[in-house]
Amino acid sequence: MAAPCVSCGAAASYRLFLAGRVSFAREQGLWKAAAAGLQTGTRCQILRLKHSPAVTTKKNVAALRRESYTVDFIKKQIEEFNIGKRHLANMMGEDPETFTQEDIDRAITYLFPSGLFEKRARPIMKHPEEIFPKQRAIQWGEDGRPFHFLFYTGKQSYYSLMHEAYGKVLHVEERQDQLRAKGLFSEKPKTKDPIGSRWLIKEELEEMLVEKLSDQDYAQFIRLLERLSALPCDAAEEEFVGRFRRTVTVQSKKHLIEPLQYDEQGMAFSTGRGKRKTANAEAVVHGHGSGKIEINGVDYLLYFPVTQDREQLMFPFHFLDRLGKHDVTCTVSGGGRSSQAGAIRLAVARALCSFITEDEVEWMRQEQTEA
Amino acid sequence: MLKGMTRLVSRVHKMQKLRIRKLDPGRFLHSGTQAPQCLVAHLDNQVPTESPRAISRTLENDPAKHGEQHVGQHYNISIQELKTVFPHGLPPRFVMQVKTFNEACLMVRKPALELLHYLKNTNFAHPAVRYVLYGEKGTGKTLSLCHIIHFCAKQDWLILHIPDAHLWVKNCRDLLQSTYNKQRFDQPLEASVWLKNFKTANERFLSQIKVQDKYVWNKRESTEKGSPLAEVVEQGIMRVRNATDAVGIVLKELKRQSSLGIFRLLVAVDGVNALWGRTTLKREDKSLIAPEELALIYNLRKMVKNDWQGGAIVLTVSQTGSLFKPRKAYLPQELLGKEGFDTLDPFIPILVSNYNPKEFEACIQYYLENSWLQHEKAHTEEGKKELLFLSNRNPGLLERLCAYL
Repeated sequence: MAAPCVSCGAAASYRLFLAGRVSFAREQGLWKAAAAGLQTGTRCQILRLKHSPAVTTKKNVAALRRESYTVDFIKKQIEEFNIGKRHLANMMGEDPETFTQEDIDRAITYLFPSGLFEKRARPIMKHPEEIFPKQRAIQWGEDGRPFHFLFYTGKQSYYSLMHEAYGKVLHVEERQDQLRAKGLFSEKPKTKDPIGSRWLIKEELEEMLVEKLSDQDYAQFIRLLERLSALPCDAAEEEFVGRFRRTVTVQSKKHLIEPLQYDEQGMAFSTGRGKRKTANAEAVVHGHGSGKIEINGVDYLLYFPVTQDREQLMFPFHFLDRLGKHDVTCTVSGGGRSSQAGAIRLAVARALCSFITEDEVEWMRQEQTEA
Repeated sequence: MLKGMTRLVSRVHKMQKLRIRKLDPGRFLHSGTQAPQCLVAHLDNQVPTESPRAISRTLENDPAKHGEQHVGQHYNISIQELKTVFPHGLPPRFVMQVKTFNEACLMVRKPALELLHYLKNTNFAHPAVRYVLYGEKGTGKTLSLCHIIHFCAKQDWLILHIPDAHLWVKNCRDLLQSTYNKQRFDQPLEASVWLKNFKTANERFLSQIKVQDKYVWNKRESTEKGSPLAEVVEQGIMRVRNATDAVGIVLKELKRQSSLGIFRLLVAVDGVNALWGRTTLKREDKSLIAPEELALIYNLRKMVKNDWQGGAIVLTVSQTGSLFKPRKAYLPQELLGKEGFDTLDPFIPILVSNYNPKEFEACIQYYLENSWLQHEKAHTEEGKKELLFLSNRNPGLLERLCAYL
């Protein structure tokens, strides 16, 4: 096991080293000339490589612009990655066939424990697609003639996308006209989930198209897509539009609202927990009460002599117009007086969620984040 | 439907924040009652049967006639009476309120009524009964005491009122060695101030009561046996050095003579837990003084013992001015300590608690009538609920909250 270990160790370390450096390089946009095996398309860079001495150490000040990776280079990296994956699986005693990316991550954190705070500076081993930035393949053939018909616009993928979208719009409108002519047209109002998803942001679109866009381009594109989505589309067009939408998790749906619990007398109550800074609070809110609040066995007037803290306790009830209707018993520990008040406020708000409808929960959350 | 509409309206109100003018016509449309111009808004279709003044005020200004039906109502004390009956003894915030509103109104509350009932039925042949008013901070102990004092003054009792015993055990600038007893200390300033106020409160008695001993002040001055008590008091006021002794003499004489039945004596001490606590006063050699080494405290302790007849002793224990007591302590046992509790032992405790809903309502009405609450929301149910929550019906806190509304 020793010899292959050493070799694969060396190979693995090389790849890791490369990955670590390159991942940073991608962020900062700086390129430090790495080992041989990099081929570039243009001549001047090959020349430079011939002149520059060996490998990695010297910072090549002249070559501070972005270097591109050839397709062959990327392919080679992928092969090396797969081989390294198998070696790693062997090392860890796992089955190479079913070695997933999570297993790789776990193995790397185990073999190379790092105390660095910056997560991106720790050793990683990922598929080259994720590490090397997406490059464009050479856009022209051997005769120098570009492949794409929109190459000379400068933003070929963007304009081709716009053309495609507009083509779809025309197509849908044509279909509508046909239906109207036949008299089978029916006005179907479009119902789209307003909260569930959002359009791509400009950075995400740039990443998708591997092209720089301006703000006006982006705005134009979104307008066109909105126009397309407003029309009655069929499945293919929906799927097309869907490529440009990302889901947004609705925060309040994440927060499970527990149903009300009932104690012996049949009175409804519910519990909630809250944290603020280092204070932890747990509150039990009873359904029918007179507005008494007891904290750690002490009345809230004695526990919080400062008015500001009592105001904090008041907010959830005041917001829902339930000031004198609930009784609260809570325990709190840690933190100072202000953070304890904040923690109890959060706990009470969460407990109150069980008493109110879902809309109000969402409204409460929005108002709280606004305020 | 109505509830839904009001909820919608209240939401809109919250969104727009304090546009209450818009709200009122809408609400009146739905509630359908004609509210008076002072905008006492009773929503939810509850029509107030009596006018607002009746709830918070009463015309019965004699404490002797206050009964269960007056609970929660304010009664007026005229300004002249205030000057004679309470030269000292009202809490400072109350004095400010009197000055602002130009009238002194006390609320009739259950603990005070209970005490009044006991006082009306005292048997003056028996030793004086001790009543201790206790309660959490700001619940109204001092003002209940003032109610009792007003009653007794109206009934022509002799009022011996120490406004705050805590003032005698702290922050004393000049401590003199007592002329009477070398071990003890005099406090000339406090004693003379108190004598002045005592004189104002009980003018008419001072000429009637005669001292039964001869007291020699110094080589030149002395008070003969049989001279009126007023002379002793004058001596104390003029010669500040002898003020403490004068106080001692007054207390001794009153105690002796109240059993004779000429007058009835009310001993009212606020903050009686100061008598058995610790002091912050130090001798010249920076050693602490115990309370019994202060002549005033020593004499007062004798007064508070129930070995005399012909009157009553009403006491208050309070944490507010006390020294070295935790903030949350309010029970007599905690505040008096073992020694104090044993000394006071057979006493009747009376708990003074926060306002009940009716009293709270009445207090708010009183403030509204005097145009003290200027916030637009103060008239509404919501505003009242907020105040209720924030103060938890504690009178002192409510007063402080309203001060900034």
